[in-house]
Amino acid sequence: MSNTDIEIVVDDPTAPEANSPAVTSNGVVDAVVSLVLLALAVTLGWDNWRTGAAWDATGPEPGYFPFYLSVILGGASLYGLFAAVFSRREASETFVTQAQLRRVMAVFVPTVLFCLAMQLLGLYVASFLLISGFMRFVGKIAAWKSLLTAFIFTAAMFVTFDIAFDVIMPKGPLEAALGY
Amino acid sequence: MEAFGLLLHGFAVLLTWKTLLLMMVGLVLGIFVGVLPGLGGPNGVAILLPLTFTMDPTSAIVMLSCIYWGALFGGAITSILFNIPGEAWSVATTFDGYPMAQQGRAAEALTAAFTSSFIGSLVAVLLITFLAPMISSFALKFGPPEFFAVYLLTFCSFVGLGREAKHKTVISMSLGLLLAGVGMDTVSGQLRMTFGSAELLRGINFLVAVIGLFGISEILLTMEERLALRGHAAGISLRVVLSVWKDLPKYWATLARSSFIGCWLGITPGGAIAASFMGYNLAKRFAKDQDSFGKGRIEGVFAPETAAHASGTAALLPMLALGIPGSGTAAILLGGLMVWGLNPGPLLFVEHKDFVWGLIASMYLGNVVGLVLVLTTVPIFASILRVPFAAVAPMIVVSCAIGAYAIQNAMFDIWLMLGFGVVGYVFKKIGIPLAPFTLALVLGNRAEDAFRLSMIGSGGDMKVFWSNGLVGSITTLAIILLFWPLIDKALSGATRRLRPAKA
Repeated sequence: MSNTDIEIVVDDPTAPEANSPAVTSNGVVDAVVSLVLLALAVTLGWDNWRTGAAWDATGPEPGYFPFYLSVILGGASLYGLFAAVFSRREASETFVTQAQLRRVMAVFVPTVLFCLAMQLLGLYVASFLLISGFMRFVGKIAAWKSLLTAFIFTAAMFVTFDIAFDVIMPKGPLEAALGY
Repeated sequence: MEAFGLLLHGFAVLLTWKTLLLMMVGLVLGIFVGVLPGLGGPNGVAILLPLTFTMDPTSAIVMLSCIYWGALFGGAITSILFNIPGEAWSVATTFDGYPMAQQGRAAEALTAAFTSSFIGSLVAVLLITFLAPMISSFALKFGPPEFFAVYLLTFCSFVGLGREAKHKTVISMSLGLLLAGVGMDTVSGQLRMTFGSAELLRGINFLVAVIGLFGISEILLTMEERLALRGHAAGISLRVVLSVWKDLPKYWATLARSSFIGCWLGITPGGAIAASFMGYNLAKRFAKDQDSFGKGRIEGVFAPETAAHASGTAALLPMLALGIPGSGTAAILLGGLMVWGLNPGPLLFVEHKDFVWGLIASMYLGNVVGLVLVLTTVPIFASILRVPFAAVAPMIVVSCAIGAYAIQNAMFDIWLMLGFGVVGYVFKKIGIPLAPFTLALVLGNRAEDAFRLSMIGSGGDMKVFWSNGLVGSITTLAIILLFWPLIDKALSGATRRLRPAKA
């Protein structure tokens, strides 16, 4: 195997370590998801029963179709619950390791914050903060590169959506101050 | 040949500078999302959908389908140069594509991949051109029971033929159908499953769910992986292209076989993944020296790529003719069509001739333009992978948010998208397939309407689904497919079946 002509190399310095301990196994998550789905099926089924899941003069009532779907969903998740509890093969597989979870959270938490910021500051300011902050603090990229990239991307989005295509995004105090 | 005349008309609709430009933009964006880790066909189309909201439907669908073709082409680049399949259906391409790149034959492998993608799509588009009008004019005679039977067939074949655990497919599908019912009931006007929330009154928007399920969850999944990569750079010279094309006739049997498999599996909701593996395995089975596969054999690139693209394209046939998408991406395109008030299905061919034939013509043009584009620009796209993921990830998140917000101008949808992102992440990890969910969510209301209308028509008699030969045989077929695993088990003792190998 010759690697002489490899020309593109990208490193990932913050990659999750391979030997990180597992947080939880697939079997546990499988069982939890089945339980949640079962609860959802019961809630929706009950709501549809209340709406009316029988027949009247004009045919099936509005709750009929979804009611039986909730029954199917409930049945399948009950089966899934048993399968997850009693199967030993899948149960031991790792769902996520600690190192992986840390990385996933490194992108999930900023995303949640971004959604919050979008409500208060508008989309464009929030996206500038998200991109520059993520590149700088998670990606460890030089500050000037992060700020410049974030600014160019946000400005490009603003021009594309708000000006060229008339797709209006939520705006905050900064845009108001600039007269948009 | 009515189809031919209409197709020419379609080309006439397309051949304006504006449309051609949109096509190029779509293709470039598509290759871009195909090459980037953590994005692919369905995600790309879902995220870029809002860009098209203000266009007229024909331009919009041309751009969207070009994004799709571009993503299909793009997947091959990373498979061959970096041994990273951008999509599940590119996995089989890495078997021989990457060894070829290691031997310094990357340009050859890429040319083979692009050319065979082109051939596969072309065969499928030809099939669509001639078959879709026939099927749709046949389907014009369908009443509600027939339509419900066809929907049932689609759902049952997912359960029966899918490779995932059966109960997980059922969970995914019933959840999708249930969520489709949230909001105002279209028949009676009553509210269902809203629990007094004003936000849920609008219902759960299909596209918001898709952006979360495919876009956000894919970012979370990608972050788990080690993102370091080493790859070969390649430029394609005209000489290599011509030498590969010169040898093409030698492989006609492989190409024809893979195209056929792809078309077949694309129309039935089996999908491009199964098609690519089956194409690869059959090429290997029919070859004289089977040992040379996996070591950089050009047929090992031809076979899966042709099959994957034929199937990806053929998936649009049932969507256009019957309103039933054959794949996840087709389902998203269908969601897009509904945004513009176009109802895919048999009536589309009657009421929106211009649109349908414009779309079909754009499949031809898009593939030709795409082929030229990828052959000339591979080095540029390969170097996109140099951009660190830490820069790409937040941009994708922002694009997802813009997409989700733009659909209904609702902040609630952003939170919904985030929720679906988590759901998609967990579901993918524990093996609950997302494609049936997507399909159920987009078809849910139509399936329910068809069911209720047929029940109203028959006065609540289930026998309506066996009331004539047509609807009876579709319903029976659906039930056979639902229990296919059991029937198959019974049969397999007697006959040995061709089975695609596990990756």
